[in-house]
Amino acid sequence: MFDWLQNLPLLLPWLVILPLVWALLSLALGTHYRHWLAGLAIAALMLVNLGLVGQWLLEGDLTYALGGWEAPLGIQLRLDGLALALVGVTSLVITACALHASTYLDDYPRAQQYFWPLLAFIWASLNVIWLSADLFNLYVGLELLGLSAVGLVALTGQAEALGAALRYLYAALLGSLAYLLGVALIYSGYGQLDLLALAPLLQSDASTRLALALMTLGLLLKTAIFPLHSWLPPAHGKALPPVSALLSALVVKASFYILARLWLQTGTQVVVPSAAQMLGILGAGAIFWGGWMAWRQNELKMLVAYSTVAQLGYLMLMFPLAIGVSPAAAQLAWEGGWLHLIAHALAKAAMFLAAGNLVLAMRRPDLQGLHGVGRFLPFSLLGFGLAGVSIMGLPPSGGFMAKWLLLQSALLSGQWWWLLVLVAGSALSALYIFKVYQQCYVDDTEVDSFRHPSLWMDVSSILLAILAVGLGILSAWPQALIGSVLDGGAG
Amino acid sequence: MSEFYIYALTGGLLSSLGLLGFVFHQHLLRRLIAFNLMGSGCFLLLTGLSQSKQGVDPLPQALVLTGIVVAVAATALALVLIRRWYHLTGQTALPEDIQPLDSQHQKEPE
Amino acid sequence: MTGWHYWLPLLVLLTSLVASALIFWVDEEHSKLRSSINLGAAVLKISLVVVILVGVAAGQVYETRFALLNNIDFVLRADALGVMFAGLSSVLWLFTTIYAIGYLEDSPNRRRFFGFFGLCVASTLGIAFAGNLFTFLVFYELLTLSTYPLVAHRGTAKALRAGRIYLTYTLGGGIVLLIGVLWLYGLAGDVEFGDQEKLSDLAVTHPTTLKWVFLLLIAGLAVKAAMVPLHGWLPQAMVAPAPVSALLHAVAVVKAGAFGIVRVVYDVYGITLTWELGLLLPLGVAAAVTILYGSVRALMQTDIKRRLAFSTISQVSYIALGISLFGPIGTMGGLVHLLHQGLMKVTLFFCAGNYAETLGIHRICELNGVGRRMPGTSLAFTVGALGMIGLPPVAGFISKWYLGTGAVAAGIYWVLPVLVVSTLLNAAYFLPLLHRIWFRPQTGDWPQERTLGRWDTSLWLLIPTLVTAAFSLLAGLLAASDFSPLAWVELIVSTEYLP
Repeated sequence: MFDWLQNLPLLLPWLVILPLVWALLSLALGTHYRHWLAGLAIAALMLVNLGLVGQWLLEGDLTYALGGWEAPLGIQLRLDGLALALVGVTSLVITACALHASTYLDDYPRAQQYFWPLLAFIWASLNVIWLSADLFNLYVGLELLGLSAVGLVALTGQAEALGAALRYLYAALLGSLAYLLGVALIYSGYGQLDLLALAPLLQSDASTRLALALMTLGLLLKTAIFPLHSWLPPAHGKALPPVSALLSALVVKASFYILARLWLQTGTQVVVPSAAQMLGILGAGAIFWGGWMAWRQNELKMLVAYSTVAQLGYLMLMFPLAIGVSPAAAQLAWEGGWLHLIAHALAKAAMFLAAGNLVLAMRRPDLQGLHGVGRFLPFSLLGFGLAGVSIMGLPPSGGFMAKWLLLQSALLSGQWWWLLVLVAGSALSALYIFKVYQQCYVDDTEVDSFRHPSLWMDVSSILLAILAVGLGILSAWPQALIGSVLDGGAG
Repeated sequence: MSEFYIYALTGGLLSSLGLLGFVFHQHLLRRLIAFNLMGSGCFLLLTGLSQSKQGVDPLPQALVLTGIVVAVAATALALVLIRRWYHLTGQTALPEDIQPLDSQHQKEPE
Repeated sequence: MTGWHYWLPLLVLLTSLVASALIFWVDEEHSKLRSSINLGAAVLKISLVVVILVGVAAGQVYETRFALLNNIDFVLRADALGVMFAGLSSVLWLFTTIYAIGYLEDSPNRRRFFGFFGLCVASTLGIAFAGNLFTFLVFYELLTLSTYPLVAHRGTAKALRAGRIYLTYTLGGGIVLLIGVLWLYGLAGDVEFGDQEKLSDLAVTHPTTLKWVFLLLIAGLAVKAAMVPLHGWLPQAMVAPAPVSALLHAVAVVKAGAFGIVRVVYDVYGITLTWELGLLLPLGVAAAVTILYGSVRALMQTDIKRRLAFSTISQVSYIALGISLFGPIGTMGGLVHLLHQGLMKVTLFFCAGNYAETLGIHRICELNGVGRRMPGTSLAFTVGALGMIGLPPVAGFISKWYLGTGAVAAGIYWVLPVLVVSTLLNAAYFLPLLHRIWFRPQTGDWPQERTLGRWDTSLWLLIPTLVTAAFSLLAGLLAASDFSPLAWVELIVSTEYLP
């Protein structure tokens, strides 16, 4: 019944080529056809995604050598279950952000010119990262991603955004170079850059450890893991809402993705549990510091930005929970961690978009502006509310399922201290999310002239939020996708 | 063999110098130059270390070429942003960096 | 296999879920449309529950099941116990909705209120039909989420404070429950209700762990069941509108906690295992302490709603007390009280709401002579109060009778004095109210009188009050018939109780 899928030409390279074509065309054509172009590109990429799902189900993991050049000189793309899941989430989030931006940017005519090409570049580089099979390719993807992201932050051209963009740029550059140094050391030692081919070769010598440490440091900086997070809140909090959504949901995850592949797939021979525990401690620091800072913010978007700092901390718990434990516990941690990444991507994007709508409507950025908003803008609030459910990790959301898996893993490996961190972190996130909710019940304001966000702006955030909550009910499917990697891969 | 290590060591030294400059300077242009120094050191290290095996390995050359392109793009973007930042605020450093080291910074000319 | 009745339990949930989604969609001004959706969904839900009820009585099992994670299923199963709770909440939902429509007439934010109201009932039904501990947990937390907006509804500083306290307690309880469930799943895998063999095997190898897990589960549930010392949120939550109080006390939150305790004891651990692990006695003692403490505190309140709140704390623990009596008769007493207390307490809260809405009466001393001004409401109040005391023929008497004889049958004699003392205390805090209502003359003007129609008060408010009062009376009078709550409880006990 699905034989025709097998006969299709390999779709993999189009995940990179199509966004690049979109980027170049939108640079060339200017802003006139931006909506048509975006619609066309998104539709085409969605079709490619669907086709790839079919091909993956039929044939399993796919590889493709760009231009027929085989590794090591050529560029290889590889699609496994995890990459497929992330490619899918990327498409969903970018589609929603594009939908939101299509009317939000009407107020920023000058930003239009650069937003669309940069969005396309972001998509291309994210797909490069998800699909890359070797360390250097990942570096190129990271750099392309970082530069486009910085460009997006600076989009409004206002001083506040520029400062945040510069700070972000410098952090990103420093992180990339540290990573590149690590790549250089690895290549000199093993003459090999392929992630999977390296796995059995790596030895636990000083230069490999140094290489791994350098790469880890660089990636931690790029992922904004506590205490290297200070660039993130201004960059995410001061950018335009569709940009913030994109950055928090996807861009910071890309460097984490590389880190996790390095530690859990490639470097299994080298990494030691004590180092993994250290990463976990950083994660716990992020959870508590980010949560505390989020609670102290009085600006809606800054609160959401600090919440990202905290939520990234949960991802770091994957390392202590998956390294040096039984295969069953490691499997649970792996699945839980990635599920958390996906749930957070959907929920945080929804939250930033909704926060953008609310700020636009209130005409002021602080929480007190929310008084009475619910009566006039129930839909903008709904997006925020639903997303908050997943961020807090309350059932039936995707965030809850992810935390459940992580908790199960912690219990199974007897690491009860991470269990406590997870639980306390959830309580802390409930504290700052309900701090926002609570403001919406106060009805003491005389203001009744709110600016109404466009329908598409509300729809985009609500759709993502519903996906984030619905992920909890449908999580068996992504879990199977993610889990397949560890079953057949490094195990 | 050893001559390649000289390259690599120089690369390491340059990177470290660049890192120090990157961390200890506040002036945005100085930090950008420090970053470029770090990048060059990194490339030198990459080529120097891996040539030592047997003969010339083409892969690091290809990698470094790509790396240089990326670094040029990053530098260009940074310059655009710095220019605009200076235009808008009259500052040559980021506000968060200036505050703790205010007294030192004021000695530097604009 | 996957015929229509496969989806029936899910369908029941969906009626109120879809209703609440529609209500969020309907604009604030269209109150007629909103009320029609509300009432239509409530009636549809009752009919579906009746279909299930008839089926279950005939031995049919309805189950909806799909995989949530690769080793955990989402299970909705309608068994006799679940149907009992579902029946209670869907019937009371209908009357509470009617009441709320009248109560909130012309007040702001009704769209939000009724939307979350529907969500709240959907989660309650989810709790009733949950077929394993995980599904139960999901709906238990969802209930917390959907009731918060109702508690904080008025948006005043006091309401927000109550909301914060409510959240602190219930989310804290949720976390404790989560850890308990997690631990049990780590030991035993998926824990289906009614599959006690798994745990009996575990009890041989890990008896101490099972005790700790039991403690965590019950502690998590006791927060919502408002057992001492975890009851602090309930009196605070009284600032919410009267229909919400009715919902919290009689239908949803408190009952969900008590129902959860029943599930854990009967369908997770099994009554025999709980007995063997020596866990019934501590549960019974905790319930007895709560009963007495709640009654004493109720006696000291001067505000009507606060007195009713403490009365709830005390009354709900009768359910836990009944469960802890190791024997079928005591169990029947506890389970039937789940229904009876719901009917009677909802009546009392409706009455309190009527007094407050019509005459502005909030304090007990303002009740003097109100019986002549509002005879219908006062009659209903009397029925409810007498039932709470346990006077025949009102429903409360049946519960207390079975509890007492159950204690004797099980040879647990210390329960008897607890029952006697608490009955005396109940009388002490309800009879003075009745005395003021009927026998004292009116003193001065009513605090804030409004004219709402030619009867006591608006018919939207009066009819639900009278109907629930009639139900509480009938449940007692017709206890011996085939259609009474008692008969259904007998069915549950005969099918599920195997000591």
